[in-house]
Amino acid sequence: MKLVTAVIKPHKWEDVREALETFGVTGMTVSEVSGYGRQKGHTEVYRGAEYDIALVPKIRIEIVVDDNDAEDVVGIVVKTAQTGRIGDGKVWVSPVETVVRVRTGDRDTAAL
Amino acid sequence: MDGYYAWMLVATALVLMMTTPALALFYGGMSRSKSVLNMMMMSYVALGVVGIVYVLWGWSMTFGENTAGGLFGNPFDMFALDGVGWDGYIAVVFQLTFAVITAALISGAIADRVKLSAWVVFLPLWVTLSYFPIAHMVWGGGFIAEHLAAQDYAGGTVVHINAGVAGLVLALVIGKRIGFGKEPMRPHNLTLTMIGAGLLWFGWYGFNVGSIVLTGDSDEANTAQFMSETGLTFLNTTIATCAAMLGWLVVERLLHGKATTLGAASGIVAGLVAITPSCGAVNLVGAIAIGAVAGAACAWAVGLKYRFGLDDSLDVVGVHLVGGVIGTVLIGLFATTEHAAASENGLFYGGGLTSLGHQAGAAAIAIVWSGVATLIIGLAIKYTLGWRVSGEAEVEGIDFNQHGETAYDLHTGLGGGGTSATSVLAKSTVPVSESEGANA
Repeated sequence: MKLVTAVIKPHKWEDVREALETFGVTGMTVSEVSGYGRQKGHTEVYRGAEYDIALVPKIRIEIVVDDNDAEDVVGIVVKTAQTGRIGDGKVWVSPVETVVRVRTGDRDTAAL
Repeated sequence: MDGYYAWMLVATALVLMMTTPALALFYGGMSRSKSVLNMMMMSYVALGVVGIVYVLWGWSMTFGENTAGGLFGNPFDMFALDGVGWDGYIAVVFQLTFAVITAALISGAIADRVKLSAWVVFLPLWVTLSYFPIAHMVWGGGFIAEHLAAQDYAGGTVVHINAGVAGLVLALVIGKRIGFGKEPMRPHNLTLTMIGAGLLWFGWYGFNVGSIVLTGDSDEANTAQFMSETGLTFLNTTIATCAAMLGWLVVERLLHGKATTLGAASGIVAGLVAITPSCGAVNLVGAIAIGAVAGAACAWAVGLKYRFGLDDSLDVVGVHLVGGVIGTVLIGLFATTEHAAASENGLFYGGGLTSLGHQAGAAAIAIVWSGVATLIIGLAIKYTLGWRVSGEAEVEGIDFNQHGETAYDLHTGLGGGGTSATSVLAKSTVPVSESEGANA
């Protein structure tokens, strides 16, 4: 199994969720996060004082999938979250040893 | 004049609302989320302390017998309202609310870093040494009224210049917040600030329009004066504020690219400040001009503190001192006895430079008096009680340190906020005792 983690622009979240649902992904964990990459932050001006806001709000999606589906899921996220501008985010895949469904005790693929 | 007394009851309640909650909201929204409660408390506590002090010796020092050549009224003349009839009480409370908001205004200059105890000691000393004397000099038949004939309808010198100078001096005496100029210190909730600014505008009708002084020798004359003068001050308070909001927005759009909500809220207050002394003395052209100049000038002035390294946290100087001076001095240009209730014409209406001189003189006296009085009190507190909370408390949040509370619990899950006492992951759901909470 693989853990696919994607950090994307907040306004792309709805598109990505729909595309993943259509593909057959049955669940995910989503959080509102902040950070920065090449986009850096932005500037806000209050009463003439400029503030560098270093952290940019993003959406982080975490999905555990079967080994065979990982590449497809990555492809879907990249395709739907892409705007072509700096700040689109990143997707990465990491190996997962074990998954257990809390309600039944099912393990691994059966627990997905 | 039943109508007059009915109006004064309403006007007094409106001015009270300007401090609690309007100013508390206006300032609270601009402060950081870890210090919003302390910011609001400074306004509420000002009401408590100054309210009591006012009836004890404030009224007497303002409207009592001239003492020391008219610098202040005799505090023992009408101590605890001795000799004041019931029919005078509403006038007392009306004036009380002015003293309260003037003291509360100062708190914006020293946000996020001052011990509540120091503020509570400062309040009675400051109104006694600065507010009551200047109010007596201007409104109580004292020095400025006697020698300068300067016009100040509702408190450009007494309230705004006075509070603005005090803010400037205290910000210098107390020093910058930790991280000032390096870390972002953004307003944490501009919706509160917008509500506060709107309520201030609403309450300001009590402040300005309620400041009418009836001078007729008959009921008919007083009624005629009341009906025309309240309309004038109501109209001027409205249109000057409109012009000031637009003036501020235009300047920041040109200088910084965007028209902001904080700019709109600040422009409103700048306009209200500038029309405060002038609302009875100018016609609608003068009101629009004074408002526009104040809005534009204050929008520019609030940026200066960074150049001087002055942590006037919420711009008491840039808005109240600058706006107060503009409103007070421009009377010397725009005052008119035609379609307005000026006591002498300004430069543009054939009055020459006389009025301008009177206005500038009154502003200068208020600046010097408030500056010296505040410096003495500020230094006295600094070297005895001390003004500031510890550095650690300031960084972690003055709300929790001074009050044992935090304003927000937005994270119901993984223990956000300053303390995790209400989080579902907190170790204990039993409320901790107050003393434990304050020391935790």
